[in-house]
Amino acid sequence: MSIRIRNITKQFGDFTALKNVSLDVPSGSLLALLGPSGSGKTTLLRIIAGLEQADAGSILVEDEDVSQQSARDREVGFVFQHYALFKQMSVFENVAFGMRVRHVAAAEVRTRVNELLHLVRLEGLGNRYPSELSGGQRQRVALARALAVKPRLLLLDEPFGALDAKVRQELRTWLRNLHEEMQVTTVFVTHDQEEAFEVADQVVVMRQGNIEQSGTPQDVFDHPATPFVMDFLGHVNVFHGRLESGQMHMSGFAMEYPEYQQTQSRDATAYVRPHEVELNRTPQGETSLPVRVVHVNPAGPVTRVRLLSDVFGAALNVDLSPGRYHELALRPGDQVFATPKRVRVFLPEDYAI
Amino acid sequence: MHPSHPWNKVSGPLEVTDSTLNIACQAKISPLAPRAASTLRTRKSAGGLVADEPLWLRVLLIGSAFTVIGLLILIPLVYVFVQALADGWSGLIKNLWNDPDTRHSIWLTLSVAPLAVALNTVFGLAAAWTITRFQFPGRTLLTTLLDVPFAISPVVVGLMFVLLFGMQGYFGPLLRDHGIKVIFAWPGLLLATTFVTLPFVARELIPLMESLGAEEEIAAVSLGANPWQLFWRITLPNIKWGLVYGLIQCHARAIGEFGAVYVVSGHIAGQTDTMPLRVEKLFQEYNNPGSYAVASVLTLMALLTLLGKSLLERFLERQMAAAQQEAQSP
Amino acid sequence: MWFSKKTQRVLPGFKTSLGYTLTVLTLLLLLPLAACLFKAAALSPAQFFAAVGTRRAIATYVLSFGASFVAAVINVGIGLLLAWVLVRYEFWGRRLLDSLIDLPFALPTSVAGLVFSSLLVKKGWYGQLLVPLGISAAYSRLGIVIVLVFVGLPFVVRTVQPVLESLEGDTEEAAAMLGASRWQTLWRVLLPALRPSLMTGFALSFARGLGEYGSVVFISANIPYKTEIAPVLIVAQLEEFKYAEATAIALVLMAMSLVSLAFVNWLERRSRRYAP
Repeated sequence: MSIRIRNITKQFGDFTALKNVSLDVPSGSLLALLGPSGSGKTTLLRIIAGLEQADAGSILVEDEDVSQQSARDREVGFVFQHYALFKQMSVFENVAFGMRVRHVAAAEVRTRVNELLHLVRLEGLGNRYPSELSGGQRQRVALARALAVKPRLLLLDEPFGALDAKVRQELRTWLRNLHEEMQVTTVFVTHDQEEAFEVADQVVVMRQGNIEQSGTPQDVFDHPATPFVMDFLGHVNVFHGRLESGQMHMSGFAMEYPEYQQTQSRDATAYVRPHEVELNRTPQGETSLPVRVVHVNPAGPVTRVRLLSDVFGAALNVDLSPGRYHELALRPGDQVFATPKRVRVFLPEDYAI
Repeated sequence: MHPSHPWNKVSGPLEVTDSTLNIACQAKISPLAPRAASTLRTRKSAGGLVADEPLWLRVLLIGSAFTVIGLLILIPLVYVFVQALADGWSGLIKNLWNDPDTRHSIWLTLSVAPLAVALNTVFGLAAAWTITRFQFPGRTLLTTLLDVPFAISPVVVGLMFVLLFGMQGYFGPLLRDHGIKVIFAWPGLLLATTFVTLPFVARELIPLMESLGAEEEIAAVSLGANPWQLFWRITLPNIKWGLVYGLIQCHARAIGEFGAVYVVSGHIAGQTDTMPLRVEKLFQEYNNPGSYAVASVLTLMALLTLLGKSLLERFLERQMAAAQQEAQSP
Repeated sequence: MWFSKKTQRVLPGFKTSLGYTLTVLTLLLLLPLAACLFKAAALSPAQFFAAVGTRRAIATYVLSFGASFVAAVINVGIGLLLAWVLVRYEFWGRRLLDSLIDLPFALPTSVAGLVFSSLLVKKGWYGQLLVPLGISAAYSRLGIVIVLVFVGLPFVVRTVQPVLESLEGDTEEAAAMLGASRWQTLWRVLLPALRPSLMTGFALSFARGLGEYGSVVFISANIPYKTEIAPVLIVAQLEEFKYAEATAIALVLMAMSLVSLAFVNWLERRSRRYAP
């Protein structure tokens, strides 16, 4: 089932949670709403579910306007951030609840619940109570319960937020697989960009009630539309300077920026990702910046190097592959040359801080 | 290591095992702070789409709540003062002051109740300190015993003291020989009142001190605080509002106690009649104005108790909200 | 674990506070209880059962039990209503309502008895309306139930209120998302979650009613076999210096309230399983 979100606006008192938001969620996709807290992502999810009423705009599910339908009529599966399991019911009864209130025959309920418990790998735990389960297990009960009523859409609010790192990793992969199996249009909310990129096939980045950018994870990562997206999707080095005739000038140092050829000079901010900087022992042409190594952290899949540029008096973070790090054999205090391989410049009109 | 042995529990906030009776006081004494916090949250979230009842139902429910409280509490409350002031203020004062027995009962209640509260404060502090700060065999039993007074009819409490100290009681002859009078006298009143109010302070302090944990106190001791400094500088400032809350409730109950006092006092007018007993005595003597005069004073005290309690609750709620705001802003 | 033993010694005052607590409990609580049991033990089993099994005594148990039970049932209904309204709705006078609920805890019970007996007699404010309808509550069993409702009212409200507050709003939202109607949510999700606290409130109100004396003596005519409750009978026996008989009846009364509280505790324990 596809979802079409049209011009949704939502106000909570003085606070505008969503400003005229429109979005298409194609049928069968797995979409992540990504953003910091207060960006409106959870509000949007709750409006799709019918748990909040939008002040303006409409929600269409497969061309049917559901804006005026109540939550219980929308046939949407919702997984709450803290699961909201019914504490006084067993796991079995939790999963069966949706069918019970629809007066489904007992035999059918049993078959379906057992199927679902199998699907979420909780066979044999049907008689437990939520308080007797681990966080990851509760999460899966919540999912099974949402899926039991065969929802047209599956919505998850920070599904892995309350879990520890290892369980979270397992569940991400599992959700991905489950989605492939079930093919239910799924929207989930997260503030963790890694999670969004790993699980989703569509990522929507939100900020202050607006959609900043949407696209495939690769699109969004490689071509961030705004400095906010650039900043939000991982570490970044920021330089302020002036842009003029295809070059970015920053206190006596220049970087190539062919996209801007006007001769009229203007203020600009350049963004460079840590893994898109090369380090060398010798200068590599005019765009090499002399820097001094301050700190090296070789733990982890990449080696993080912290450098200080005496030209700017500013710090620079660079990620190296372990191989490159060993070639260079960097020590704190070493003088090296940093060459940005890829610079993104955003003009201040686009993004005022 | 024997994980099942109670001595092997880790230190810090000790978990008090539920006993047969300790639920008896949860209704009266709910730890203040957590309640205040959740109150704010729930009513906000209940404003969502799903939790809303239709307006007519809400109006109906709120209306019935007011009706019930109006009939059961508000009208009787008003009625007390209407009756007490039937002959105007001068009549009320005359009824209170011109009757020496009534005057004596006021004095008696106002001397017995604070004394019982004082005794229970010391006891409550000692019991709460023992139960929340140490692990020892029999801790659960001790917690259970604290609740027993809630489960015994006040009349039975009185009976027990009569059995012990009455003329025909176990210690009766001994006391008589030494010229000490407990039953039908002031010490009996104090004993009975202290008994029925025994759990109030302790039951207020135990959950509070448990949730606070012992870290601050351990830190103070490690910094060289002596027991006196520990109590006045660390423990008391932390528990003062819970203590006040317990005192208020303890005092209210001490003033109003009837059954236990009725049995041990022998209700001798002018000697052992407390205010609640005086209300009954005057009522039996068909002296309604006198009875209502005393009742109105007691009701006023009850209202002051409620006022004190809700002011305290409001103050703590606001303090909590301020603390939360502070925690949120960087 | 050596660590825990060591921290026990860190904080001062264990011996003093434990010693003081135990002394007070022994003198004030255990000694009187022992006296009570000792007195009852002086009776032979036959005498004991003769004392607790007179027709008059049995009538008081039935009335005490019945009136407390009915009052506690009424309090469950009223308590649920009040707790619901206080937790769920924001309205003018909510705080006042919330404070007034505690009045029965703060008001001396003799005042309550006095007021209700005056209100319910034929010329009283309520009596004027009720007596013509054939409802005469003063000096009757109905009057006893009414004051017991008053006296036990806060128990159910104050046990249910925090539980209702702690129910996360998203549990109800989850029920709605699964297609439950408002009524289904109430019956299948909310009430089961409140059941333990309702039972606790019921038992507390019931136990309080069993022991209540101060308010009932005013409103009940205290006529044997008709409107005499067990505590009144105990006092009556005492005034006739029948200490052993009074003690025996007191033990029956104590047993009744202990059983009801133990029952609640058992329910609590059972519900512990799903309330982490």
